[in-house]
Amino acid sequence: MARNREGLLLLLDVGPSMHGVLPQVEKLCSMLVQKKLIYGKNDEVGIVLFGTEDSDAGTKEDQVGLIAMRMSALGMKMENIVVRGSLIGNANQIIMDENDLLLDLFSKKSSVKTVYVESPTALLGAIKTRNISPVTIFRGDLEISPNMKIKVWVYKKTSEEKFPTLKKYSDKAPPTDKFATHEVKVDYEYKSVEDTSRVVPPEQRIKGYRYGPHVVPISSAEWEAVKFKPEKSVKLLGFTDASNILRHYYMKDVNVLIAEPGKPGAMIAVSALARAMKEMNKVAILRCVWRQGQQSVVVGVLTPNVSEKDNIPDSFFFNVLPFAEDVREFQFPSFSNFPISWQPNEQQQEAADNLVKMLDLAPSGKGETLQPEFTPNPVLERFFHHLELKSKHPDAPVPPLDETLKKITEPDVELLAEKKSIVDAFRRQFELKENPKLKKSTRRLLREKPSGSDERHGDDNVSDALAVNSIESKPDTKVEKIGDLTPIQDFEAMMSRRDSPDWVGKAIENMKKKIFNLVENSNKGDDYSKAVELFVALRKGCILEQEPKQFNEFLRRICKFCQEKNLSSFCDLLESKELSLVTKSDAIDSDVTDDEARSFFVKRELKYED
Amino acid sequence: MDLDPDDVFRDDEDDLENEFFQERESTKEFVVYLIDASPKMFSTTCPGEDQRDETHFHIVVSCIAQSLKTQIINRSYDEVAICFFNTREKKNLQDSNGVFVYNVAEREDLDRPTARFIKEFDQMEESFQKVIGSQYGIVSGSRENSLYNALWVAQGLLRKGSAKTADKRILLFTNEDDPFGSLNGAVKSDMTKTTLQRAKDAQDLGISIELLPLSRPDEEFNISLFYADLIGVEGDDLALVLPSAGQKLEDMKDQLRKRLFTKRIVRRISFIISNGLSIELNTYALIRPTVPGAITWLDSVTNCPLKTERSLICADTGALMREPPKRFQPYKNENIKFSTQELSEIKRVSNGHLRLLGFKPLSCLKDYHNLRPSTFVFPSDKEVIGSTRIFIALLRSMLRLKRFAVAFYGNPTHPQLVALVAQDEIVTAGGQIEPPGMHMIYLPYCDDIRNVEEHHSDANAVPRATDDQVKKAIALMKRIDLKDFSVCQFANPSLQRHYAVLQALALEEDEIPEINDETAPDEEGMARPGVVNAIEEFKLSVYGDSYDEENAHAGNGKVSEASKKRKAVAENAVKESANYDWADLADNGKLKDMTVAELKYYLTAHNLPVTGKKEALISRILTHMGK
Repeated sequence: MARNREGLLLLLDVGPSMHGVLPQVEKLCSMLVQKKLIYGKNDEVGIVLFGTEDSDAGTKEDQVGLIAMRMSALGMKMENIVVRGSLIGNANQIIMDENDLLLDLFSKKSSVKTVYVESPTALLGAIKTRNISPVTIFRGDLEISPNMKIKVWVYKKTSEEKFPTLKKYSDKAPPTDKFATHEVKVDYEYKSVEDTSRVVPPEQRIKGYRYGPHVVPISSAEWEAVKFKPEKSVKLLGFTDASNILRHYYMKDVNVLIAEPGKPGAMIAVSALARAMKEMNKVAILRCVWRQGQQSVVVGVLTPNVSEKDNIPDSFFFNVLPFAEDVREFQFPSFSNFPISWQPNEQQQEAADNLVKMLDLAPSGKGETLQPEFTPNPVLERFFHHLELKSKHPDAPVPPLDETLKKITEPDVELLAEKKSIVDAFRRQFELKENPKLKKSTRRLLREKPSGSDERHGDDNVSDALAVNSIESKPDTKVEKIGDLTPIQDFEAMMSRRDSPDWVGKAIENMKKKIFNLVENSNKGDDYSKAVELFVALRKGCILEQEPKQFNEFLRRICKFCQEKNLSSFCDLLESKELSLVTKSDAIDSDVTDDEARSFFVKRELKYED
Repeated sequence: MDLDPDDVFRDDEDDLENEFFQERESTKEFVVYLIDASPKMFSTTCPGEDQRDETHFHIVVSCIAQSLKTQIINRSYDEVAICFFNTREKKNLQDSNGVFVYNVAEREDLDRPTARFIKEFDQMEESFQKVIGSQYGIVSGSRENSLYNALWVAQGLLRKGSAKTADKRILLFTNEDDPFGSLNGAVKSDMTKTTLQRAKDAQDLGISIELLPLSRPDEEFNISLFYADLIGVEGDDLALVLPSAGQKLEDMKDQLRKRLFTKRIVRRISFIISNGLSIELNTYALIRPTVPGAITWLDSVTNCPLKTERSLICADTGALMREPPKRFQPYKNENIKFSTQELSEIKRVSNGHLRLLGFKPLSCLKDYHNLRPSTFVFPSDKEVIGSTRIFIALLRSMLRLKRFAVAFYGNPTHPQLVALVAQDEIVTAGGQIEPPGMHMIYLPYCDDIRNVEEHHSDANAVPRATDDQVKKAIALMKRIDLKDFSVCQFANPSLQRHYAVLQALALEEDEIPEINDETAPDEEGMARPGVVNAIEEFKLSVYGDSYDEENAHAGNGKVSEASKKRKAVAENAVKESANYDWADLADNGKLKDMTVAELKYYLTAHNLPVTGKKEALISRILTHMGK
């Protein structure tokens, strides 16, 4: 498709003032080329380097005008990225101003877009490294009423660029096979749940929907006859105050509604409505069915997008709003109902105010950092980087996250240093401590996982040792007996107490009692599963602490007891969970052999038959 | 006191992208609806719709019926039991007086709701007095205690399953705030004590008891008389439980319905404010698109459920692949291979937590900075004491200074830059409209934003509305103003239709009830002369007299190339298709000998989809012909 082919020429200023950001420029360019290799193989790319050291820009206004005219005649578009701010050391203000003037001239005469970036991170996000030609999702009428319709086109304004879906790789083909595709086919078979040997051909299937425990079969023809079939249309329901629509109700990616090109009336109508909405702080509510045959309608909010440039038309943004079914109205306590100890006092509030005010990502006079428009996706950047590395060395490890990209995932070190006194004041005002009533094993929150790039095999080793590093004081919880609520945790806590050697014995005794009670008092085996859980914990604990005799004696006693009281189903349960005696190979002090352990329950059965 | 009763409902979801919109079903819920059926429930009324008075009993029963219909579709694995107390007849395993467990055939007392259960419960009210009957269960002179019995029966019903895998709840509906009010002295204190003990025993077993009190119009339900002790709330929390007196029926119904759903924490995360200072947050999915339930494929011959087996086959050798395959990306004429570990490591750019980066004024958050539904965050002091205080302080500062926080959410599979927008609590007579907390809004990256407007730019200035035209638009806006518009006031018509069809088929009803499409524009309102005039004036000021010309459909030669081509193809297909005797070809099994192009003539001519493999095309043709 020649229409979508792109010829791209990169003009790079490599003058001395640019040297500071050349690494980022290089990254940006290689990202662009890498994505072209994947998404736009037929595009053509060229690079021109130029140095501005002694270019004499001031006299070139006429030339610029001429070039601009030629460019627009040839349908060429230009994007300028101007690097600004602290990135460039001692730039000459006069030259900068002159350049701006020229660039401005360009943008007046042709399709030229100029963006200014202030940080290396923003530079990486400054141009679209992947060119997606816009496709309308709707062309038709915006119906104000049956008597007034405005011709509009609707596009996606945001759409998530997904992580590339990689194909599955098969290494089954012999290495000598030069024509191997290495692809993997996915095959589906439909089998009856009751009789898995019976395969049902795909066309013999019928859709069923669950209604409680039953499944209601509905054929597609039947469904076709009764389903909801709205007409393709975009209709106005009315206008309302912008404050009626809270920002967090936006449901999806965003569309843009723009007047149909070549329709001056539609353009003016959109412009008038957008400007009126902006002036009055109103929004419009629409009901949309984008395509004929679509089964659902969406209700959403139209907000004005008034253009500041003369050559860009006014338009609307459209966000989908939830239906009644989509909102779960959970109730939360009011903050004013919380105890006083949870409420910030005046000094604390002041410290928070300062933090919110001063840890500023959009200081006036300076540019906004981390603007979504200029923030690249660190995961995609990293993937393409790794792809490039692997194309050179197939075994190349995953590269650490680029320093420039770390500014997206972590706070800016410079900003923190600059505002250190405020951050410190905030920290001094508030005290955090771990809840002493919680058992250690239930604490999950404060375990920090290592961030992948640095520690490659961190995943499994994350243990309690790493658990609490963001908290200064960690009062040890002292469990003294096994409670009803979390017996296993209590048991483990007691077993691991090291302040006296007696705790292990106490824990085991306590646990035995607990299990015994459960088994004895269980009504028709209700609590057996709980007892088995405790059994597992006890067995594990006894092996860990090298107390095999304690466990083995107890197991024998329980089994005997069960036989006497006709509670053999509990023993069956133990057997099914393979909870037999602790053997010599489990714990060296044991005098039970593996065979003995294996036949323990068998023997019991024999006895039982006698 | 533990202010966070949600811990048992915790599930560790939201990790996988495709599960983002779905709730997990592994934690079941067992609910016993315990309904007071005393004469007082029948004699107290509230003015309802159409000014007709409705009894408290009716309100409760219709709320439950409604919630069962929702539940059977959304969370059909949950099990419910319905149990009346203060009844004349008794029906329960314990044979306790004054307690009647309602059920239908082929269903255990505590079980998943079935079509039949819902249908019969819907009509139960008519025969209630005859079959079950209403009668005060606690009277002086007798030692009977129907409330105690009811709790005992409910606890018995909830015996099944372990508290680990199921959330067990008793929802108690009553309008009697002082159940032992008619008694005196030792009998009263004794009964109060034993009843409270019974409730406590149930709670110790992991059963939560929730009270849904109904107030009389003239007199508020006084929870501190008895029930505060029973459900174990005290102090400030009382205000949360209590509905205000004199509420309209709709509000009351609304509130009951809201509270029938449990709150589930999606994840617990820690919010790192600066190095060494991180607080504990819970995240909740308050807004997620509801989709029709999952499809279960059945064998159309036997109606037996089918399971899908997926197998991976090497395209080169045809061998079955057992181990999970590596992945590859073609790049520079090569296949670059990645292992699953490598891929997940690439995605792990941060440590799973929410990390504060800074603050910005709200004006920096544009309307198009959105990708997915937001997630609600609320603080918790459960593990880290002091979290709530910091959270409240930040929230108040953000509200006052009109700023939002920018943070990086290092979710292992889908790390994203987010905006945290502070939301103050909004309360009306009907209850809490917006909870206090922060909403996490997922921000797009530059890769996700498209500059569509620029594609429509022109070398010259584009047409722009004049001040007069804007004024006319303002006049129009004032005419079509939705004053009380609230988000989510509409039911989703396609979903409602889906449910109605399903319900009708499941309950074997002859007719599918018509559903009302609430999203249709208000035609009557639009036809009011004031509105019509305002529209006409706006139209005239914008278009002059060129409206018809510009909006004329045909004739201006603007039909796109693609649609012309599509039309030509369709016409050709109709012509070509007529050259074959399709019925004959189908009967003799000759369709498989035809080319795909030929088969597509038939499909295109009959306006059927032309996608899929040859077998799919053939089966589509056969289906269409009714063979």
